[in-house]
Amino acid sequence: MSSLSASSPASGTVRTGTRPAVKVENVSVTYRTTFERTPTFKQAIVRFGRGERAVREVEALKNVSFTVEEGTSLGIVGANGAGKSTLIRTIGGILPPTSGRIEVHGRISALLALGLGFNPQLSGRENVILGGLANGLTRKQVLERADEIAEFSELGDFMDLPIRTYSSGMRSKLAFAVSVHMDPDILMIDEALSAGDAKFRQKAAAKMKELMESARAMFLVSHALGSVKELCNRAIWLDKGRLMMEGEPEKVIAAYTKFLEVGEDAFTMEEF
Amino acid sequence: MTETAQERDPSREAADRAHDSGFLSDVQVYEPHRVGLPKLRPYFIELWRRREFAAELSRAEMRSANTRTFFGQVWLVLNPLLLAMVYFILVFILAGGARGPAFFAHLTAGLFAFYFISGSITAGAKSVVSSGSLIANLAFPRLLMPMAAVRTSFFRFLPPLAVYFVIHLATGQPWSWNMLLSVYFIGCMLLVAIGLAAVFATLQVYFRDTTSFLPYFLRIWLYLSPIIWYVSDVPNRLAPFVKFNPLYSVIGGFSDLLVRGEIPPLSIWIAAAAWGVAFVVVGALFFLSREREFAVRL
Repeated sequence: MSSLSASSPASGTVRTGTRPAVKVENVSVTYRTTFERTPTFKQAIVRFGRGERAVREVEALKNVSFTVEEGTSLGIVGANGAGKSTLIRTIGGILPPTSGRIEVHGRISALLALGLGFNPQLSGRENVILGGLANGLTRKQVLERADEIAEFSELGDFMDLPIRTYSSGMRSKLAFAVSVHMDPDILMIDEALSAGDAKFRQKAAAKMKELMESARAMFLVSHALGSVKELCNRAIWLDKGRLMMEGEPEKVIAAYTKFLEVGEDAFTMEEF
Repeated sequence: MTETAQERDPSREAADRAHDSGFLSDVQVYEPHRVGLPKLRPYFIELWRRREFAAELSRAEMRSANTRTFFGQVWLVLNPLLLAMVYFILVFILAGGARGPAFFAHLTAGLFAFYFISGSITAGAKSVVSSGSLIANLAFPRLLMPMAAVRTSFFRFLPPLAVYFVIHLATGQPWSWNMLLSVYFIGCMLLVAIGLAAVFATLQVYFRDTTSFLPYFLRIWLYLSPIIWYVSDVPNRLAPFVKFNPLYSVIGGFSDLLVRGEIPPLSIWIAAAAWGVAFVVVGALFFLSREREFAVRL
């Protein structure tokens, strides 16, 4: 906590002159997604013959607005399917919003949800290089970082073996190492702390605190409420695509855990 | 009113900062798209900045393909060569034995070029779907994926091209400086390949059985192209139609120059370039209009 003291207590309130890192204005995201596991031309014809519609609409985010100022470390909590990953993918420019507007000031790190984003046939090093290049770094920068990443992720010789030989813990260590070593202005971490052994988690938390000194903002999606409390100075709670609450992590988490225990019926929007 | 003033101030500062740093992607705004196409200038600037990614993707792919099969490199040459033999025997029999070494040279040159284009299409079709996790986790110009596939196919076209020169020598074809001009048509092939790789990459996202149709489509296209026949063989009543095949000019011009050292008529040069540009523009725009949906479709 002490390393966050510069920014933690006051940043919850709106201060004049603080620069926004991310502005999310009335953003809704509606997916049109297919029923089928694998959409094929054949099935499209069959469906057309039966007069069925191919797509189902999923409202992943409904009219979400908030502003993240520089120096904020935002925790995002919510149940599975609440729209947390959709939200950070939208901020990351991967999914376009269906309505509303998002303004991002700075370069965003790769979103790496538990070791995804990797090609399993290629070695760890090749994946790191590919990820860095896709993220807009130059070859020289990427090569420098590959060694740092290898060291941080403690993979040793596995770094030059195909990812398919990795354990899931190794994958997520690598994923975390990649996203924190890309020098992002805005760091986004999806469920990273649930990965790896206790020692690595400690190291990861320390690295994130260190990064908060240099990064403009950080987003942390996590079910580990303890780490949200520890690492974040602001939190939002999403439920079924709606922004339920925004505020200090302690309060948001308290409300969220209360909601989880009591159930939806006893807890309505009017209470805010 | 005071609120808006407050809001405007910081965003202008940030915009200034972005301008100062010269870093284009410092401030990004994401808004819903109605018209489908992203802003083209920043898209292609980003694409160019990240070209190294496509190159690396293609290199990594080639490395892994070569380590898998011991005869990887040999197979690259052997496969089109065996096919050339199959077609040669077929045409030799159909023509009643009236085909000689010159035809074999014509056949191999055309077939190797065709396999560059068809390989690009096949690899391009798989390029987006097979890298779903990369697309779900990173924002980058997706057009780099089919372009990487075309790059891979292009590098796989080079060993057969080298083998062609051996065949050229063995079958006693003329050597001339004109052969160098065939590079122009290789350029046109590249454009056609990129355009079609982009189209089929997009189709594959929506219809996963596209790759099952592809071999048939490609086989028919091969038979319609001046590869297993000469342009002069075409009966008069069909002659006006064969010209509508893009490969009539693209591969036709290529083998005129490379095999026979003859300079094709101006119309062939113009048609080849026009087809190349048309394919690459239409293919890229089609891909771009759809690419932002890929993340939810994979």
